[in-house]
Amino acid sequence: MTLAIEARGIDKTFDGVRALVGIDLDVEQGTVVGLLGPNGAGKTTMVRILSTLILPTAGYAKVAGFDVVTQSDEVRKSIGLTGQYAAVDEFLTGRENLRMFGSLYHLPGKLAKARADELLEQFSLTDAADRTLKTYSGGMRRRLDLAASLIATPSILFLDEPTTGLDPRSRLGMWEVINSLVATGTTVLLTTQYLEEADQLASRIVVIDRGAVIANGTSDELKTQVGGDRLEVVMKDAQSLAACADALRPLASSEIVTTAVTRTVVAPVAGGSAVLPDAIRALDAAGIQFADIALRRPTLDDVFLSLTGHVAEEEEAASGKKRRRKGAGA
Amino acid sequence: MMTTTTPTSVDSHRPPLGWFVSDCVAIGKRQIKTFLRSPSTFFFALFQPVLFVLLFSFVFGGAIPIGNGLNYREFLLPGIFAQTVTFAVAAATVGIAEDAQKGIMDRFRTLPVNQASVMVGRSFSEMVERIMVISIMSLTGLVVGWRTHTPWTQVLGGYGIYLLFAYALTWTGLFVGLTVPNVQVAQTAGVAWVFPLTFLSNVFVPTKGMPHFLQVFAEWNPISSVALAGRQQFGNPVVGVGTSWPTQHAALLAVGWSLTLIAVFSTLAVRRFKAKRD
Ligand SMILES: Nc1ncnc2c1ncn2[C@@H]1O[C@H](COP(=O)(O)OP(=O)(O)OP(=O)(O)O)[C@@H](O)[C@H]1O
Ligand SMILES: [Mg+2]
Repeated sequence: MTLAIEARGIDKTFDGVRALVGIDLDVEQGTVVGLLGPNGAGKTTMVRILSTLILPTAGYAKVAGFDVVTQSDEVRKSIGLTGQYAAVDEFLTGRENLRMFGSLYHLPGKLAKARADELLEQFSLTDAADRTLKTYSGGMRRRLDLAASLIATPSILFLDEPTTGLDPRSRLGMWEVINSLVATGTTVLLTTQYLEEADQLASRIVVIDRGAVIANGTSDELKTQVGGDRLEVVMKDAQSLAACADALRPLASSEIVTTAVTRTVVAPVAGGSAVLPDAIRALDAAGIQFADIALRRPTLDDVFLSLTGHVAEEEEAASGKKRRRKGAGA
Repeated sequence: MMTTTTPTSVDSHRPPLGWFVSDCVAIGKRQIKTFLRSPSTFFFALFQPVLFVLLFSFVFGGAIPIGNGLNYREFLLPGIFAQTVTFAVAAATVGIAEDAQKGIMDRFRTLPVNQASVMVGRSFSEMVERIMVISIMSLTGLVVGWRTHTPWTQVLGGYGIYLLFAYALTWTGLFVGLTVPNVQVAQTAGVAWVFPLTFLSNVFVPTKGMPHFLQVFAEWNPISSVALAGRQQFGNPVVGVGTSWPTQHAALLAVGWSLTLIAVFSTLAVRRFKAKRD
């Protein structure tokens, strides 16, 4: 087992603000690790340290076997970074952007051109290739941004919230691209605010909150820790809550919770989507009328609630607004 | 060890200096395209120089007598050239601050290249804009009646001094742009130091009439040296200069100032760019 990324006890303090507190992180070569956390958790800070953009206050990190502080030049030869905010030139066309980065990565002229065309094709940007980026949509810009970090086929790729701000279709497209990169052996560290995304892409997930790692494992391990899927039934009236709970009991993996005010019955379940038809049959058999039924996967909120005992907070919601504003302006 | 994907055949035969030059060219090309396509170009490179020349030559042109029946407009214009070249540097400050606020600087800083090339390439490409400014000013000057009265070699020398000075100021502007926290501050800081410097100079009036300490400051002010050297090289009126060392060696001082500023601010700017790792 070779570690592409190895970080030990990373601290980062910004004039008094402790953004990271003793982060340990291992990413095995050829795997995808998802760094999951709410706004302000420290995801971007961690990525910036690993990609040699800022220095850690304490601790050490190796990327591709080189120290990010003392051997940053060597590290830069192996990495690609797609930051949280678009890092491409508005006034250049898509093709010009890619060729520029190709030549800055010292690809011979012909190869830089070919590589640019190839990436434009791969990211479905061929039609827009000769328009300046000012005319690109958010999703197109994001794709070009990712393409630019792939010019030199880096062996380690950092993706900071690659799908934030994308519509569902573009998000799926981005997932496909990331999966195909992984298939070619690229090591990926990606940050996200969505468990679902980490689940789709990452073989291991590291959850951070307020600058510290609070959980670390495969997506299954995390979900088990959180309690897995939940079946939620909304009743027409509060009287039948108990009957509903009784009917669902054989399917539940642990205790069922009923809430009178919202007329809901929540049953933790295992076994994925097959549970849903079973539940409907069980309720039908018991002659229970319900208003709504759904199988809910754990959300980041659930992970948080269960891991930290608090939800992602107001202060962080505020920085989320700031982030969106910045994103829209970029 | 790492059995990673082979990097897409990086051409490693070129010597480091060759790479440095080609990186500078790649950065410079980007800069020039950006410049030609950006709307602010119109303001900084076209509108501002024309406005300055017209405004100052018509507003002050007839109002300030400099004696001996000399043509004030011909006295003024080499000064306005120095002033406008100085103001044009705000574009460099704002431009680099804008880039720093966007993500593109981060991408440049994760490139496996000699990081100095990002700054050096940029400094040269900024000169395209300065050359445009100087050309447009000269043309506007010719329209309002300014003329040169010396052999062309000497006129060329005069332009050389302006260009060298513009290059020195470009580095100053780039350093300021890398030091400010955001674009808004850059817009203010980009010109804040330019105002006192251009007005406490011989651009508008001869230094002789100033109070003593102002006179010393104005005489040593690089903008004065450049303006005075310009007047001499172009054969425009040189009045009220006195006998102090800086006024007797204007061209030498202008070149000396420029080289010093280049040495100091290119070092600071490159270091600042590399060390922006907090
Ligand atoms: N340059 C900086 N100066 C001061 N504080 C900073 C700086 N960069 C980050 N911080 C602080 O560090 C903490 C972590 O920020 P970071 O951007 O790493 O979070 P994040 O997990 O990426 O959040 P988001 O989901 O909003 O992108 C925040 O409290 C933030 O305010
Ligand atoms: Mg972030």
